[in-house]
Amino acid sequence: MPDTPAPADTAVTLECRNVWKLFGPEAQGFLAGQTAAPGLEAIRAAGLVGAVQDVSLAVREGECFVIMGLSGSGKSTLVRCMSRLIEPTAGEILFNGENLLAARPDRMIEIRRHRMGMVFQHFALLPHLTVLGNVAFPLEVRGVARAEREARAREVVDLVGLAGREGFFPRELSGGQQQRVGIARSLAGDPELWFLDEPFSALDPLIRREMQDEFLRLQAILKKTIVFITHDFDEAIRLADRIAIMKDGRVVQIGTPEDLVMNPASDYVAEFTRNVVRAKVLKARSLMAPLDAETLPEGTADVAASATVAEIAPLLSEGAERLRVLDGSGAPVGLIRREAVVDVMMRG
Amino acid sequence: MADALPRPAPEPVSPRHSLRAAWAVAALAFVILWQWGEPVADWAFDYPRGWEIPVKRWIGDFMKWLLEEASFGLFSFTDLTRFIADVIDVPYRIALSLLSTGFLRGQGSDAVQVVPPLPWLAVIGIVGLLGHAAGGLRLAMITAGCFLFLAVFGQWENAMVTLASILIAVPIGVMGGLLLGILGHRWRWFEAAITPLLDLMQTIPIFAYLVPILFLFGFSPTAAVIATIIYALPPMTRVSMLALRSVPSEVRDLGRMIGCTRRQMTWRVLVPSAKPDLMVGVNQVIMLSLNMVIIASMIGAGGLGYEVLAALRRLDIGTGLEAGFAIVALAIALDRLSQAAAARKPVHAEPGAARQPLWARHPYSAASLVLIAVTAPLALVVGWIESYPAALQISTGSFWAETMKWINVNFFDQLEAIKNALLLNVLIPVKRFLLGLPWPGVVGLLGLLGYTLGGRRLALTVAVLAFLIAATGQWEKAMITVYLCGISVMFAALIGIPLGILAAERERAGRVIQVVIDTLQTLPSFVYLMPAVMLFRVGDFTAMLAVIAYAVAPAVRYTAHGLARVDPQLVEAGTVAGCTPWQLLTKIKLKLALPEIMLGLNQTIMLALSMLVITALVGTRDLGQEVYIALTKADTGRGITAGLAVAFIAIIADRLISAGAARTRARLGLQR
Repeated sequence: MPDTPAPADTAVTLECRNVWKLFGPEAQGFLAGQTAAPGLEAIRAAGLVGAVQDVSLAVREGECFVIMGLSGSGKSTLVRCMSRLIEPTAGEILFNGENLLAARPDRMIEIRRHRMGMVFQHFALLPHLTVLGNVAFPLEVRGVARAEREARAREVVDLVGLAGREGFFPRELSGGQQQRVGIARSLAGDPELWFLDEPFSALDPLIRREMQDEFLRLQAILKKTIVFITHDFDEAIRLADRIAIMKDGRVVQIGTPEDLVMNPASDYVAEFTRNVVRAKVLKARSLMAPLDAETLPEGTADVAASATVAEIAPLLSEGAERLRVLDGSGAPVGLIRREAVVDVMMRG
Repeated sequence: MADALPRPAPEPVSPRHSLRAAWAVAALAFVILWQWGEPVADWAFDYPRGWEIPVKRWIGDFMKWLLEEASFGLFSFTDLTRFIADVIDVPYRIALSLLSTGFLRGQGSDAVQVVPPLPWLAVIGIVGLLGHAAGGLRLAMITAGCFLFLAVFGQWENAMVTLASILIAVPIGVMGGLLLGILGHRWRWFEAAITPLLDLMQTIPIFAYLVPILFLFGFSPTAAVIATIIYALPPMTRVSMLALRSVPSEVRDLGRMIGCTRRQMTWRVLVPSAKPDLMVGVNQVIMLSLNMVIIASMIGAGGLGYEVLAALRRLDIGTGLEAGFAIVALAIALDRLSQAAAARKPVHAEPGAARQPLWARHPYSAASLVLIAVTAPLALVVGWIESYPAALQISTGSFWAETMKWINVNFFDQLEAIKNALLLNVLIPVKRFLLGLPWPGVVGLLGLLGYTLGGRRLALTVAVLAFLIAATGQWEKAMITVYLCGISVMFAALIGIPLGILAAERERAGRVIQVVIDTLQTLPSFVYLMPAVMLFRVGDFTAMLAVIAYAVAPAVRYTAHGLARVDPQLVEAGTVAGCTPWQLLTKIKLKLALPEIMLGLNQTIMLALSMLVITALVGTRDLGQEVYIALTKADTGRGITAGLAVAFIAIIADRLISAGAARTRARLGLQR
């Protein structure tokens, strides 16, 4: 499996180990009878549908992990396996080290109530409840007293920018606003792990863009561990710390947006990345040259190692030839020459 | 002679070819048996008595056992049923007292009225307020108007008795249906177990199960309420299962993701989400209860139903029609009210609303209470507030009777001519033809048809059901039912399908037809009998007219709907290819709407069968009459057996047509 192992310094929140989901009769028996992982042909020959096949991946604490795939690639099934909305045929799902597939139903209810949140593609708002009622609903279900849950609901409604709409009903809101309610609801219980299943796919392109910005803003404040599903590669690039690309139920490649763009593992991945503007993905860190002996002139601009080339480029338009790259702690780690940036920009 | 029975080839080599051969052989065998079989095998024309399965006796014995011996140890089965009746009786008494009799102390004629019933003005006011709450001023006018109609035409007393039983039957029917639906939704096996039962319940004529209800619950308004509930329960159960199943899977996922328990999932997530669909079921329960009002009066319901029934029995057209109109008024008010309530969307309250006083937050309840508080004391003093003044009542009974007389005097010959022409040239020949057919031949052909349309299972179902009708000694009566139903459906289709086409093709005509159809469907089935009886007296022809009028609606509706649903791109493609409007209609639209039209016909057949049983009152000689006689003789076995035969006919027709529609749809590549 093409997986980059989690670095030792960040803890793994959710890990999938050889997760399978086959739809069809006797799927479990079929899988148990195999010595090696069966291929697509073998699965089809057995009259089964392989929605998720032998997926292993690890979502690290505080990262935004995007699972990207076209329709039918198994991404929605996979995220439902992760939350056990769908029972996987085989494999292990470890949530903070605990195997969810071994959890009893009441334990599962406990985990979902307190530690998971989910946003749905078509919002899944309850039509008979107001915005406040919808957002407070998860708390109501777990028995939080009215005053307390409404206070908390008001907090999250404010957070997603819907203050003043608490008394509205879902059908009185636009699609974007409805999804804000969905987001607020999923955050009401202050979950550790936040699933978003194609949250912006049902929205118009302009609203989608706006909601992506909103999402980035929220994530900057909340720093949740996120599993984000999308079929839109550009969205994945914008939002992800790391991306897993799925095809026919298998994970084809896992990596940072930069990894995928610069080193696609297969033609399939390359097909997605071909039209991506390199400058928007490529980070200063990948472009920098070592700090050599030549002293940088006074007044050289500093850029963060995590800045994209597209963000750096305007600095060069003022005539500078060199930029100094600083790492997260502010220590200089390298320099970028004008030519390198121009080269990336010219290639598109 | 047994080889004459056509049997489908077990393993067809080339399916199409051998099927055609099978049909040819079967048809030949059938004709031979039919034309020359009688001397050799008269058992094929008259099912021998000795071979009959004694279902009637079995059911009768079972009923006897249930009544006399069945017991749960501490109490007997009849104790249980009487207990249920007593429990339902409590709220019924309250509703009745409130609306009609007032609260009484003492028994029978010595009873003293302690608290009078609600004044008629208060009732009309509340109904108007309900209308306003659900659908604004327009609806308020309609509902209040309908109730005013009841008062003005002197039907108030009876209407309130009827309303009381509906007010009790509907909530129980809705809750019961919903609970069964939830169980069916939760457990697949439960759904699988009750689905055939629901099929049977919906196709078996109501008369058939009035007898056992009579035995178990006694002759009383409560028994009538129970019959109404049983009648209205199956559709609600079905609608509930369907509504719960069509809750989006995401909403279900949401419920699980926020950690709902099973109960929270059902009552907090699924039921509220399915509410718009469930309300369709509520509307159906209301309409079915109203439909049942007249029939239920046979086992003790008073009110409008009893009035209609009594008038119909003594052919007092004027009185019957008046009470009939009153039922229609009630039906329209309740139908519009429940539809508007279903369509009502929640609107956010103005901020700060929570701080307002209680009455401002619930203006309608407050206004209703005020209305009662003001009118009730006044009613004690002022007579016309308590009940609508008799002097202002209008009776149209004699008007209708006069009109009737006038038509019958002036147009008697013309009406008779029409009736006789149709009877002699269509009805009687068809009846003779059907009665002359050998039952094994019909059973075999039906089986083959089932095999052609839906395979071995359908063939078996259809053939076994048809055989059972013969085997219980009801073949002849069943054929009369088939003949009356068939002719009525044919006429209904001849009228309904063109109207449906017109409704789909011409917008303005469509709107008018829509309104007419909607109104027709809110009318209780009995109402259709009256004008037919008025003009043509009793007999098959009258029955046919009533059945056509009652059953034409779905033919129109489904045709219009099917045409409207044809993919507009295909129509455009046809237009671009240079089709004339006629070609567009016949070559594209009707072809594609065919499956839908077939389903409409299916519904028409179902309605026709249910109406046929009611037409037993005007003297048909079919299974319906059998059921009705059983009811008057309180013969459970006879009634249920005949009722089952009607149900079997309905199921055979339904399965064959559904399979045919599915095949057509598959052939056209349409998805549903």
